[in-house]
Order: sequence, then structure tokens, then C-alpha cells
Amino acid sequence: MKEMMGIINLSASTEKLKNLTEIRTIGSIPIGGRYRVIDFTLSNMVNSGMSNIAICTQGKARSLYDHIGSGKYWDLDRKKDGLYYFHPEASSIDIVQKKGDIEIFNSMLSYIKGSKQEYVFLSRSYMICNADFSEMLDQHKSTDADITILYKRMNNHVRRFIDCDTINIDEHDDIISIGKNLGKKKYYNVSMEMYIMKRELLIDMIEESIHLGDVDFLKQCIFKQIGDLKVKGYAFEGYLACINSIQNYYKTNMDMLLPEVQKELFHSDGLIYTKIKDEPSTFYADDSFTSNSLVSSGCIIEGIVENSILSRGVHVKKGAIVRNSVVMQNAKIDETANINYMILDKNVSIGEKRVFNGDADHPFVIAKNAKV
Amino acid sequence: MRRFKKEMIGMILAGGQGSRLKEITRRIAKPAVPFGGKYRIIDFALSNCANSEIDTVGILTQYEPYILNTHVGIGSPWDLDRQHGGVRVLPPYYNQSGGRWYKGTANAIYENLQFIERYEPEYVLILSGDHIYNMDYAKMLAFHKQKKAEVTIAVKGVTMEEATRFGILSADDNDKIYDFSEKPAQPKSTNASMGIYIFNWQLLKEALIDDENDEKSSNDFGKNIIPKLLNDNADIFAYEFDGYWRDVGTVESLWEANMDLLDRTSDLDLFSDVWRVYSANTISPPQFIAPTANVEESIVNDGCIIEGNVRKSIISTQVKIGKDANITESVVMPNAVIEEDVVLHKTIVMSGAVVKANTVVEGSTGNIIIVTGEE
Repeated sequence: MKEMMGIINLSASTEKLKNLTEIRTIGSIPIGGRYRVIDFTLSNMVNSGMSNIAICTQGKARSLYDHIGSGKYWDLDRKKDGLYYFHPEASSIDIVQKKGDIEIFNSMLSYIKGSKQEYVFLSRSYMICNADFSEMLDQHKSTDADITILYKRMNNHVRRFIDCDTINIDEHDDIISIGKNLGKKKYYNVSMEMYIMKRELLIDMIEESIHLGDVDFLKQCIFKQIGDLKVKGYAFEGYLACINSIQNYYKTNMDMLLPEVQKELFHSDGLIYTKIKDEPSTFYADDSFTSNSLVSSGCIIEGIVENSILSRGVHVKKGAIVRNSVVMQNAKIDETANINYMILDKNVSIGEKRVFNGDADHPFVIAKNAKV
Repeated sequence: MRRFKKEMIGMILAGGQGSRLKEITRRIAKPAVPFGGKYRIIDFALSNCANSEIDTVGILTQYEPYILNTHVGIGSPWDLDRQHGGVRVLPPYYNQSGGRWYKGTANAIYENLQFIERYEPEYVLILSGDHIYNMDYAKMLAFHKQKKAEVTIAVKGVTMEEATRFGILSADDNDKIYDFSEKPAQPKSTNASMGIYIFNWQLLKEALIDDENDEKSSNDFGKNIIPKLLNDNADIFAYEFDGYWRDVGTVESLWEANMDLLDRTSDLDLFSDVWRVYSANTISPPQFIAPTANVEESIVNDGCIIEGNVRKSIISTQVKIGKDANITESVVMPNAVIEEDVVLHKTIVMSGAVVKANTVVEGSTGNIIIVTGEE
């Protein structure tokens, strides 16, 4: 499928992820042990056959550049097409609160115009799933749609998609309107904020919006044209999570302990790629105990680890207890320390005998490099 | 500075069959045999080169090269994908005087004189692709220069009974070698050659040409080149290496070297930040230790799903271990599937083997059993 290009727009509100995004973009938050949030979207695009992908960064993007680099691990270090970065000059607050994404797309218009693919796939970075977008393109073509929006039908008692866009559709999967999920409705269709359209249509919409100056966001522009354009929904059936709050981040990590979620995300045909590190295999000491946990390579486990997600190079010392926690790269938990319902950012060091307890609904975050 | 000139280049001998590894090397060259969870044996020699800042390496291949070639690739894991130098796989080839296999270790280098000459090296480092050790070749080169040696051989103390398996040498107080015998029945010392040599390139070149012209020679470094040079009074010095080093040529020694990794006080520290052992990484998720699992005193790599009990074992990439399986003192190679209620003790499970439910295989010290999945 060389006929579709991809654009990942990282601009997003990070208000509810504050502790994790003070130093990084949403896309580069470590998740699931080895991964960063953006790995899922980027790998899905590559697995769907896209080889011309643009990433529009926002704010503190150093860790994102460091992680993705030339795109080598996604086979995107190409002579023809490959990976392109765009870094908007305006500040992130301007984009999220004032200017909107039309401004971002306008700033990369010459790249979009110069690309050769007939279709464009627009996405954000924070949706976690393992999906083949080529099936979505097939439907887009067979239904003669102008725009296709990916969605998943949800039952709100899980309350995982508050503040996400929703779409309202009729019985033919035609989209009637785009709204927001306030958590009041029992059933709703959460928009995955992934759109397919012809590249020419995107260019027209951007130029028209800039010319008229009437809308700031692409979705407003689409909404405005429902009726004139054929806007279709595509129902995604697989596992979906959205990283838009600390609670959702924590719960998504914990979802990865479920065998069926693991199987779908990590052991199906489409592999999730990430930056390679040269860690040795993980060492489990005599008298250590590990249960129901996802453990990355390079860890040394001498204590107790239960219901937790460990990134690469984590050291759990003798007598230390790690339960129901997400522990990022190179964190160290010293002798007889005890943590429960915690999120430890990279390089955090928990001192001997220290005890930290969060709550299942409000896990507590310890910031990067902290020694406590 | 001349564009292609290198002070020292490395040549890794990786063509041997490794017949003493039995089933394990049926479809794979010995240097490509999986080791220690995530590695293949040749990773140690290649990583030593990378960490010693040797950026030009030739790998001599012959026996079952496919997996080895795939693993080495263009050398990216070792930063050996270079514009100048880098890694080259050197198989036997056909030319105007006909086609032939490498006759021995010395002949393999002889057939690639052209490759070496391109880099105009001062020194050539000859390595084996089947040893487990972390060694700084830069220190050995400094020793070679300081002694004004023509040849330097790395040596390691072994026990008297082991000595009959190695090239054994005797050196004077100044480390100058005066006696060398390959696999002697009555060893005169316990200083074993590690099969790691630094040669002055001009001397090696002449020795290889002489050796090739000697029809009686078996074209081997240990049997022919070194004894001949010693006989000619070349300045050959012994460089003593006191770190961890294992030749993993037999099923027993391969198993033992794997078990050595479980000793965290060993001086082969895979967790070292300053001396990383690099390997071609697979795309695998983190390992999942299920609620039913019990893993102790073991090494487990990425992509594994462990539901059973694992003790004193090495579990490689993407291995599945079913419920109530008991794996003890075993080495499980990549992609193996061990079903429920399997009992394995003192075994090596081959790559991709599927061990059916309820299978029981119990080896013993001195009789490590290779599990192929056809039990």
C-alpha cells in the first residue's frame, strides 16, 4: 500500500498528564515496559504499508527525536520518502488553545503538496491499538467516501474516554456530527481521531480554511462540510486505549497484563517496533518472587514484583516490594523499600525502607531522576 | 593519512563445524549458536572488537553460514556498518585457478590476503568465533608494541587435565615463548593458547605464503604457523589474560558457560555499562511472568511467556513455558515451546523445539541432554 502517506500530529492538551509531560511530549511517554506511546501509531502505519510519514512535534520534543531518530527501527530511514519531522514555531499553548491544527498543516503544506501518495492518513499519537489501516482504506474506496473516520463503539461504564471526540452516525455509518464525550451517555462512538482522505482534499480544506479564516481545527472544517462531503465511519473492533490522563495511562499499562490484550498488541501479525537498546537478559535472583508482571530486559530482580510493568534496566533489590506499579527505565528500588500503586519515572531511586502508596484510581507519580 | 589505512584489523575464524556440539550445530555454524538468553557466541568476539575500537573485521565462514550471515548482516549492532572498514563476511570463493574450500585456519586467512592488504595494516588480530569472554584487544596490542614482539599469543592458565585439549606453551621471565605444542599428551605447562594472536602483518603474510607452498602442512595456526615461526626464532610473546574465558566447543562446556552467567560475582559481567556485549536484537515485547509462574536464579529474555516453574536456567528470546512445567539447570534456546507439565533437568533445548506436554528429560553432570522436541 504505497498509495497512502501518514501524518502524526502530536499537538494535544497535556493538562491531565502533567507530571509525565513536563519534560516530554505525550508521544514519548514510556509505556508497556519497552515502548513509548507513539510506537503504536507509528508501527501500525508502517505495518499498514505506509513509507512516507510526517511527525508534527510539539513543545519539549528532544526525547521524541532521541527515541525515533532517523526512523531506522521502523524501517523509515529511506532514500525515497521515509520519515519527516515538522516542529511548529508557535508555542504549544497557541496551537492547542488558539490556533488549532489547520495552522500546523498549513505550515507543512509544501511537503503535503510535494508528496506522491494519493491518500493521506491523519492521526494523533495517543491512541493505543494494533490496527491494519489498509483495511480502512479499502472500505474508504469501496464506499466512495470523501473522508473516513475511525471509531470504536464504547460502553461508558469503563469511563476511559472522557474528553475524547465522539462521532454520531446513522444506520449507514454516515457521520452526522462530531462531538465530545462528557461521560454522560451510556453508549457512544469514540473517535480515534484517525482520518483518511485524498491528499488533494486535505490541501483544499487547508487552503480554504486559511482563506476564509473561519475555522481553526480540521475537525470543524469536516463537520462544516458534512452534507456536501460524504463522511463515513469505520468501526474498529480491537483493543483501544487513549493516553489522555494519568489514570488512563496507568490503566492502559495494567491492561497489558491481561493475556488477551497482550496477545493482540504484542503477539499478533503486526509487530510494535521501538528503539533498540543493548540490555542483557533479565536476571532473577535466588529467593526473588515475580508474578503477573511484564518485565523488560536488563532488569535485576532480587525482591518481590507483583502486578507491575518494569521498563529496561530496573533494579529491585533484596527485600524490596513492588506491587501494582509502573516502573520506568533504570529506576532503582533499594532494600526493603515498598511501593504500591505508584508510577516511577525514569532513573527514580527509592531509598532503603521507604514506603510509598498510591491508589488504584489515583496512582502517585514520582518525577524523573528523583531520589527519595 | 591514507584513506584505507588501518593500524590493526581483526579476522574472526568462524567456519568450523563444531561437531562436538552434536545436534546443536546440525543446521547452524558454531559461532551462531545461541548463548546466554539473547546472544550468539560470535557476539563476544565482535563486541570485543567494537569495544576495543577495532573498526575493520573480516569473518571467515564456511560451514552452514546462513544464520551466521543473517545475524552479522552489515554489522549494525556492533557499529561496524562503516564507510571505511566495517565488517565483511568472507566465504570461500571460486577464481581463475578453480574453486576450493578453506583447508584450515591459516589457509582461510591466506585466501583473503587481498582483503587484508587493502587496509595496509601494521598488525592483524586473529580471533576465534567460538569463545565467551570480554577482552580489551587494545591492551594486548599495547603489550605487543612494548615487547617489540612479532607475534603475541593470548594465554590463560588451565588445569592439567584441560591442558591436553589446548595449544600449550612455555615462556621465560620476559614472557618470551620458547616452547609450543598443540594438544600435547604430556603437557609441559598449564599455559593454554586462547587462539587469539596479534601478528605483525608483513611477517604473517610471509608465513602464510610459505605455509601455502608447503604441501605437507595442514594449514593450521596452532599446528603449523606458530611452531614454524618459533622454530625460525621469531619473537613470540605470551600475553596473560586473567579474566573469564571459555571455549564452548562441547555440549558440556556450552552448558557450563551458560550456567556461569547465573553467578553474579563472575567477572564476565553482562550488565556492565562500560563493556556492553552487543547482539542483533529481535523485535519482541517484554517478558510476561504469569501469576502461575515461579522464576528464580535464572536469566530470561524478551518476548517470553512464562507460566511454569524455572530455576537455575537460561531462557532465551520468545520462549513459551506452560503451566506446571519444571525447568531446572537447563538452557532453553530461542523460540522453543515447552508445554504443560514438562520436566527438564540439565538439558539444552534447541531453537524452535516444541516439547510436548508431560515429557520428562533428565540429564546429569557429564551427560547434558540435547532436547530437540522429537522426544
